[in-house]
Amino acid sequence: MSLDPSFIGRTYPAAEVYEVGREKIREFADAIGDSNPIYRDPDAARRAGHPDVIAPPTFPIVITARIGEQVIFDPVLGLDYTKVVHGSQRFEVTRPVRAGDRLTGVLTVDNIQAAAGNDLISTRVDVSTEDGESVVTAFATLVARGTSDETDE
Amino acid sequence: MNGEAALARAAPDYDSVVEGTELPETRTRIRRVDLIRYSGASGDFNVIHWNERAARAVGLPDVIAHGMLTMARALHIVTEWVGDPAAVTEYAVRFSRPVVVPDDDDGAELLVTARVARKLPDHQVRIDIIARTGSDSAGWDKVLSMARAVVSLS
Repeated sequence: MSLDPSFIGRTYPAAEVYEVGREKIREFADAIGDSNPIYRDPDAARRAGHPDVIAPPTFPIVITARIGEQVIFDPVLGLDYTKVVHGSQRFEVTRPVRAGDRLTGVLTVDNIQAAAGNDLISTRVDVSTEDGESVVTAFATLVARGTSDETDE
Repeated sequence: MNGEAALARAAPDYDSVVEGTELPETRTRIRRVDLIRYSGASGDFNVIHWNERAARAVGLPDVIAHGMLTMARALHIVTEWVGDPAAVTEYAVRFSRPVVVPDDDDGAELLVTARVARKLPDHQVRIDIIARTGSDSAGWDKVLSMARAVVSLS
């Protein structure tokens, strides 16, 4: 079954606020094997000109993946999650995420298409502080392998 | 030695950066415990990252690493080079092949190389990254394609 193309262009209400904690950043940095003190030591971060510890550049996925689930798990969309793989990911950074940030995100469905028997859905999450300061935009494409009825060979 | 290490971590300045310069390669291992740890830290508990039975049921050879873990590890080559990760203004990858992580002490090896691909306006440079998994004896397979980071230099 192909995905419902009427989802293209759909935008969802802003997600509930996620408060970024120092220890969560440290935990994420440990998990990706990056020992940079700028993720752990507020003094090191301040010496580099940041008000508090910053998060690694891929940390926003913690917030944006959850926001993306609003559409990914919508039964009306028709995505078979057992066949889904991550196709591509991109971050456009306005400023790094840092401890103490209170972040929200707006999800938009940028595109839905079928290619080589696969269904593709591309989404964007614009992450900002609850006060409206833009922080980062995360673009993701998910691929459901072999689920499309389209034959484009 | 300390002087060299300090120099290696000092941020390169835009004017002295030359297109085509290779960054120092990184080699790291991804073991099963790293996948468990990343699941916990990221909240991504997809079973294909920790359960062999579930991975095989959907046609994978074994448990595979989170694409986002590979993406994060691959960027390390850039953040080590620039010093402050806040210099990264854009980072994009395509996941072209999964990193299969066997249930043994060695796990999978990730070999990352990168070069300065282009100097852009506004003191920015584009770094092209290549991430491979495999071994020197068995050969290397590319796991990310079109992997690029844009960094802001002083």
